[in-house]
Amino acid sequence: MPVFDLATTELRALNQALHALDKSGASENFEVTNPRGAHAVAVGIDAPVNVTIDGSVGYYCAGMNEKANITVNGNAGPGVAENMMSGKVVIKGDASQYAGATAHGGLLVIEGNASSRCGISMKGVDIVVKGNIGHMSAFMAQSGNLVVLGDAGDALGDSLYEARLFVRGTVKSLGADCEKKEMRAEHIEVLTKLLADAGITDVKPEEFTRYGSARTLYNFNVDNFDAY
Amino acid sequence: MCGIVGLFLKDKSLEPQLGTLLSEMLVTMTDRGPDSAGIAIYGADQNDLVKLTIQSPAPETDFAGLTEDLRKAGITNASILPKSTHAVITVSGDQLDATRTALEELRPDVRIMGTGSAMEIYKEVGLPKDVLERFKISDMTGTHGIGHTRMATESAVTTLGAHPFSTGSDQCLVHNGSLSNHNNLRRELTREGIRLETQNDSEVAAGYLTGEMAKGKNLGEALTSALDDLDGFFTFVVGTKSGFGVVRDPIACKPAVMAETDAYVAFGSEYRALVNLPGIEDAKVWEPEPATVYFWEH
Repeated sequence: MPVFDLATTELRALNQALHALDKSGASENFEVTNPRGAHAVAVGIDAPVNVTIDGSVGYYCAGMNEKANITVNGNAGPGVAENMMSGKVVIKGDASQYAGATAHGGLLVIEGNASSRCGISMKGVDIVVKGNIGHMSAFMAQSGNLVVLGDAGDALGDSLYEARLFVRGTVKSLGADCEKKEMRAEHIEVLTKLLADAGITDVKPEEFTRYGSARTLYNFNVDNFDAY
Repeated sequence: MCGIVGLFLKDKSLEPQLGTLLSEMLVTMTDRGPDSAGIAIYGADQNDLVKLTIQSPAPETDFAGLTEDLRKAGITNASILPKSTHAVITVSGDQLDATRTALEELRPDVRIMGTGSAMEIYKEVGLPKDVLERFKISDMTGTHGIGHTRMATESAVTTLGAHPFSTGSDQCLVHNGSLSNHNNLRRELTREGIRLETQNDSEVAAGYLTGEMAKGKNLGEALTSALDDLDGFFTFVVGTKSGFGVVRDPIACKPAVMAETDAYVAFGSEYRALVNLPGIEDAKVWEPEPATVYFWEH
């Protein structure tokens, strides 16, 4: 198992080794020690590799991830799993702002809290946060699912497109054009699968409330002028 | 961008290391801003004495003979300790205003960076490593301090435009962000008698807090008012003689990480700044909430 100690090895050596992996090959296990808040750890991977990072990371960890399974045993700085395409990223601690921003696919699990703008402009990723999320989360979110076991901050889902938001706790306020929606059988099914994928067994999908777009801002209407 | 750091010690046994710890924190943040760097540090309070940290573009000529000149001007127990482009003048507390006036006449090019019974401020254009070495910051002891490395946006890259800003006795502020109502506020503060030296937005924030505390508010109350009266992006770290405060604007896009143990409270723009602190592995680490005031007092 390759081990990269970032206290003694250049970050670039780690990322180059990850980029050199066979895209379709059997999965390997990489271990990263002493990240000490470094930026861009394990970014741009395009291979079914397992990466375990022991410690907290800075900006943009696991960005653009494709196929890899990345676990951070610590906290993550801004922009974790930004633009992820597929694979799975698990943060054992808290995540800073814009976690999972613009991500197209894969699963991002944050076991602690996520701060502001979680899932901003998400385009198909599934995000599961065990704690709370901050303000302006899922701003302009286009597709995918955001599941929050705790509470959501101000302006949840502002200018939302077709992403589905499931919140178990309270929502401080909803953003423009975001509304509470009925939880139908198909949503229970989606949520059941996402909770299972995130390894959550002690929470029932029925405990969540679904929020989505009211679809009144899709096209310009002069009556909505004040909302812009 | 800008990088800001702060360290408030609770455990007295760490005080000899304050300068070293704060220097390491600031150097780690170098890539957040290469334009200028500065540090404010709170040392031992000297009974009845007050310190003026001054800066000169021509220190050799300005600082030569300054002690004698001040004494001749009636500042009888003035003493001066030069450090590169800066010097710390120590005088009796009741002679602070007289010293200011005397300096304006005797050395018109000298700028006062800050005054106080405990605080000293050192700041210059250049990288944190060079600025900190120039003033031998790692040798300094103290109870708390704040630091800044700047990526300039709102005013020129000059010594006076560097942070920390001090607009009141033993008060200082570092800022990551940009304010949008600073011109209006500067006019109002000037009318109230707050002395502002630059066109910099962050100095206005420092002046605003000085004004609020002069009205009788404590640091926490002054920071709470700032949330209503300051418009723009900000993460502030603020020091007073016995206090240390942090506040972020409601949008909170400027990064901030804090750590607390029984020995200290620490602030960094990023977690990287905190990794060398003793016991950081077991510290409580969190991101300060938007529009929420945090402050500690000795």
